[in-house]
Amino acid sequence: MNKIIWPILLVLALSGCSSTSDTQATVEDRTATKTDAAKAATAGKDASDKAATAGGAQTTPLDGAGVKGSSLDGKQIGEGSSYTGDPRKDPASPLATREIFFDYDSYVVKEEYRPMLEAHAAYLMSHRDARLILQGNADERGSREYNLALGQKRAEAVRKALAVMGVSDAQDEAVSFGEEKLRDEGHTEEAHAVNRRVDLVYADE
Amino acid sequence: MFRAVALLPLYCLALLSASFSARATMEIQVFGGAADKIAVALVPFQTAPGQPMPALTQIVGDDLNRSGQFKMVDVSGTQHPVEPAQVNYNVWRGKGAEAIVIGQVLALPGGRFDVRFRLLDVVKQTQLAGFSYNISPAQWRATAHQIADIVYEKLTGTPGAFSSRIAYVQKQGKRYELKVADADGQNPRTVVRSSESVISPMFSPDGDSLVYVSFEDKKPVVYVQSLRDGSRRKVAAFKGSNSAPAWAPDGKRLAVVLTRDEASQIYLINADGTGLSRLTRGGNLDTEPAFSPDGQTLYFASDRGGSPQIYRMAVSGGEPKRVTFSGSYNVSPTISPDGKYLAYIGREDGRFRVELMELASGQTRVLTDTARDESPSFAPNSQSVLYATVQDGRGILGTVSLDGRTRARLSESGVDAREPSWGP
Repeated sequence: MNKIIWPILLVLALSGCSSTSDTQATVEDRTATKTDAAKAATAGKDASDKAATAGGAQTTPLDGAGVKGSSLDGKQIGEGSSYTGDPRKDPASPLATREIFFDYDSYVVKEEYRPMLEAHAAYLMSHRDARLILQGNADERGSREYNLALGQKRAEAVRKALAVMGVSDAQDEAVSFGEEKLRDEGHTEEAHAVNRRVDLVYADE
Repeated sequence: MFRAVALLPLYCLALLSASFSARATMEIQVFGGAADKIAVALVPFQTAPGQPMPALTQIVGDDLNRSGQFKMVDVSGTQHPVEPAQVNYNVWRGKGAEAIVIGQVLALPGGRFDVRFRLLDVVKQTQLAGFSYNISPAQWRATAHQIADIVYEKLTGTPGAFSSRIAYVQKQGKRYELKVADADGQNPRTVVRSSESVISPMFSPDGDSLVYVSFEDKKPVVYVQSLRDGSRRKVAAFKGSNSAPAWAPDGKRLAVVLTRDEASQIYLINADGTGLSRLTRGGNLDTEPAFSPDGQTLYFASDRGGSPQIYRMAVSGGEPKRVTFSGSYNVSPTISPDGKYLAYIGREDGRFRVELMELASGQTRVLTDTARDESPSFAPNSQSVLYATVQDGRGILGTVSLDGRTRARLSESGVDAREPSWGP
């Protein structure tokens, strides 16, 4: 579940940035409610506590340092961190987050994923040779081919969100695995929920 | 036709004689009355030493039973005639038989066999068909299927489909195998092995090739593979996803679903990968194309009306027309080779089942009683539907007659089978 906490934490850290973006065609522009904000705050606290006890230096860039103005640059986050490897693998970076989950029968990218997508967009724009594959997925119910098309719809929604952020079509590809790569093979609502997702995979990884 | 004269009282009891249910790999369930079934006495053929197993009449009987068109007359406690002269028609009429099949197997030099059979009309006391085959042991099952086809055609007036083949995907752990088997699920042969999923296989109209979707390239790509030499080529590997291939009846073109321009849309492409043209337009999701047998109309599933429904449009273009109206989820259309029926998967009360629509009247009927049915396809003679479903958490294959009364399970136990497609 930690993977899910990071982007929520970043919503706080990057809120100054996202407020400068216009309403975008495919990203749901929903102002966080008080409960959402409270939840995020708690989640953020939990996450930093955890990181602190783990003794990780990974949490240092999360205070907002290195995120200035309206352009978010993946490289800048890397500089603010003691992490020296591939910035996409820095656990403290939103670039390490590679999953976008969707509501039932929904193809709308939720607002909470905007900072993470902006980080990937910035990375792609500053690394013109990088290629990102957006792999759409669906839950197991119904026809395999129809589910393939539903997964594609989700992948396309993410691709369009990245396009609005300035990513060139040449640098990404929306594909679908339908129900062929179930994260959870169970038949519960919970299993279905984790299977309705888009995975972000860089071609060189 | 034979049916017109065969109006004997049908008081025969045995729907399934004991010998036919002996094989664990196949289960045949019969529902409802048997009022219009043809009563056939299948007399065990005289055997030859060293002949393959199981007996020919068992394979023939399984075939006939699975079709749902016949009921087997109990042959226990009777003489087993081999030649027509040995047939006591009064005895068989007394047992309610309308037709009787007799035969024998003779050993030939070199390990071959001579198989002779005759189909006799019990009412008219005449021979309807009689053939002999000089076969190798490897042709044993094929011979039985051919006998079943002849019996089926002579008694129903419609060609049999027992000599045809099916393709399906078997999953074991993380390994996927695309298989081709006889129409009864026996004699499976693997034609593709992959560590990634394979879906949507379909035989070319001539039966020489398979088209399918493979995920081995980390995305769905459409391949055509020769069954003769195993060679294959990518027919559609455009940017985005490539899926849902359907052969046109002339075998020259395929309908495929591509996402290269925007959402999933239907395109036509030559079987060699050239000559791409786009068929559907708009930002909707269009998938699962299926040709009508004349090649003029394409049926497909689309969310253009808000929920997944089946539409049809002219292959030459034009406005799609909605075909299914009841329920909020109708997908996976397939048209019977005789052009009379549409089979598809419909969802009702959370259950996905095989449904049949008579195209002329628009009347629909649910054929199955399971909950997770997928991938319907018609027998080459249009008389039954092959589909996948889930039983005890595992994927299995089944056939169902068009009246929904006879369902047979094809796959062996212990393997996960899915994505079946019935071929020539």
